[in-house]
Amino acid sequence: MTTLGWVDYAVMALYFAFVLGIGAALRRYVRTSEDFFLSGRSIPAWVTGLAFISANLGAQEVIGMGASGAKYGIATSHFYWIGAIPAMVFIGLFMMPFYYGSRARSVPEYLKLRFDEKTRALNAVSFAIMTVFSSGISLYAMGKLLHLLLGWSFDLSIFVAAGVVLAYIFLGGLTSAIYNEVLQFFLIVLGFAPLVFLGLRAVGGWSGLVARLADHATGGGFAPGAYTRSWAFMGHASANPVGVEWFGLVMGLGFVLSFGYWCTDFLVVQRAMAANSMTAARRTPLIAAFPKMLFPFLVILPGMLALVVSPTSGVRAAAPAVSSTSPTSPTSGASAAGIVPPKIDPRTGAPLRDAAGRVVLDYDLATPMMLLHFFPAGLLGLGLTALLASFMSGMAGNVTAFNTVWTYDLYQSYVRPGAPDAHYLAMGRFATVAGVAISVVAAYVAASFNNIMDFLQLVFAFVNAPLFATFALGMFWKRTTGHGAFAGLVAGTLAAAVHHGLSLPAGAGVGVKGGYLGVVTTFPSELAQTFWTAIVAWSTCFVVTILVSLVTKARAPDELRGLVYGLTPKPVDTAVPWYERPVALAAVVLAVTFVLNVVFS
Amino acid sequence: MNLDVRVPIGGFFSLLGVLLTGYGWATLGTPGTAPAGVPIDLVWGAVLLVFGVAMLALARHARKPSNPSP
Repeated sequence: MTTLGWVDYAVMALYFAFVLGIGAALRRYVRTSEDFFLSGRSIPAWVTGLAFISANLGAQEVIGMGASGAKYGIATSHFYWIGAIPAMVFIGLFMMPFYYGSRARSVPEYLKLRFDEKTRALNAVSFAIMTVFSSGISLYAMGKLLHLLLGWSFDLSIFVAAGVVLAYIFLGGLTSAIYNEVLQFFLIVLGFAPLVFLGLRAVGGWSGLVARLADHATGGGFAPGAYTRSWAFMGHASANPVGVEWFGLVMGLGFVLSFGYWCTDFLVVQRAMAANSMTAARRTPLIAAFPKMLFPFLVILPGMLALVVSPTSGVRAAAPAVSSTSPTSPTSGASAAGIVPPKIDPRTGAPLRDAAGRVVLDYDLATPMMLLHFFPAGLLGLGLTALLASFMSGMAGNVTAFNTVWTYDLYQSYVRPGAPDAHYLAMGRFATVAGVAISVVAAYVAASFNNIMDFLQLVFAFVNAPLFATFALGMFWKRTTGHGAFAGLVAGTLAAAVHHGLSLPAGAGVGVKGGYLGVVTTFPSELAQTFWTAIVAWSTCFVVTILVSLVTKARAPDELRGLVYGLTPKPVDTAVPWYERPVALAAVVLAVTFVLNVVFS
Repeated sequence: MNLDVRVPIGGFFSLLGVLLTGYGWATLGTPGTAPAGVPIDLVWGAVLLVFGVAMLALARHARKPSNPSP
């Protein structure tokens, strides 16, 4: 277990002081519910853009993408260059005019304006539940990680982190969350950049990394470049460590999942809605796309490096945390890869092995181990604070989205309409407390029943998969009706559950991984199954929405002005110089992304 | 909004830079402080300090009435 020095605690204390200070300083600007939930639509584009990306830069991103980097190599960049950038460009250019222009205060409210009450209620309820549970899962992961790495108390870590997030949102509302997200963005970038620099220096640069990962790839039965080339082995699922072929990747990840998340998730869209003009709102996701396309170097590379750096190359001995928490286990260097420790069986204390007898690595520890390995006292404080910041920004994103959807879409709509604005402002603050409290409870539920959380995440995936079909049809086809949208969403969610229930990833047992309705087909990997489930859900929703819309009565075009393409004047951006216009930004983003795909193909 | 976000960001990274540079200077040459041969606290502390000061300078520049914030 690693013990921190005074300087590390000083860095953390400094961070907490500023985070709380921002909340306190913004308190006096919060006068109306619109100030609290939408920042009074007054934030410049570069700030909302960085907050847009930071709200997404939660711990799943930093820890999870590092883990995927260790597991899949540079192919993890598909989650960025295929699975994010095109969708971010699309929402900025084509969808933001409707979200921002309709003056809807939330994504469910847009659904109400465009379709009807039941479609909004379905989306608002599922979204509200999803946000508090996601933030609980992220709290749980944080408590567990800090306990493992530093021996900190699980309870204390959770209560301090939740308390700080609660305090700054309670005081300053969305503006406070957004300002802190910008601070967190820079902290994460500047906290992880030296990790990549030191790691690459230790292995002899990119070419050294390629050479070392070639050995790792051939050892796993792949071609030498399988971990360092993103497209070359996508022809067949068995040729790459991801276990996915290009069609499932492009359609499942690049189209359905990516557009479903970036274009419909209120957690990110809320940041753009806080922008101070239509042009600023449209530029928000485009500005966010610039750091997003470079993040693979920041969050994936540490995972890849962790696989191959020599255990003696850093400032501390390798894997101290794991060997000391399981004193009976033989965590010798032979069973670990680089500094990624093996996964420990909690019952026996020995490393877990797969069906073929190979040691299973604990990939989630790849990035944290890199921090402990390379960062001396001082910088370690910065790295761990950056990690904490990622947990907190993800949680704050969920909590601000929750309090808005609860207050506007559920409370104001169904419980108490027509109250004075001050009442909804007070309710927003109360919902912030309640949202954080439910997150903490969810974290403890996750700690006691891990399977419940796996199950919930599965249900969320089913609910989310068809969403983009509903929004795309709603925004671009004026004939789409409320009945069509509602039927499509329900059918798409059911189709996802049925597809998942009839399929199983290779090597998995029947249960939460699928197959509970009988195994009709197997996929080479869990990701392949996820991508295809999404494709089925989206297609079902798309077809059912069209069919039901055609047999139900459409709304008059007059009622759909500002909500549907073709009935809304196109936004003009002549007031800003050409290089600030959304179309110019989008062209640059797409060109650079294309080049990155080619360079690492 | 009347609070420029660059002020707290600049302030935070400036103080952090001073702290890390000072600590790196004081521990220079101590074993276990220079991974891959780089006295990283000193080097990165300086980078953070420059970043923080630049943010503060930008905020100050934007506050002058002739240079409205973008």
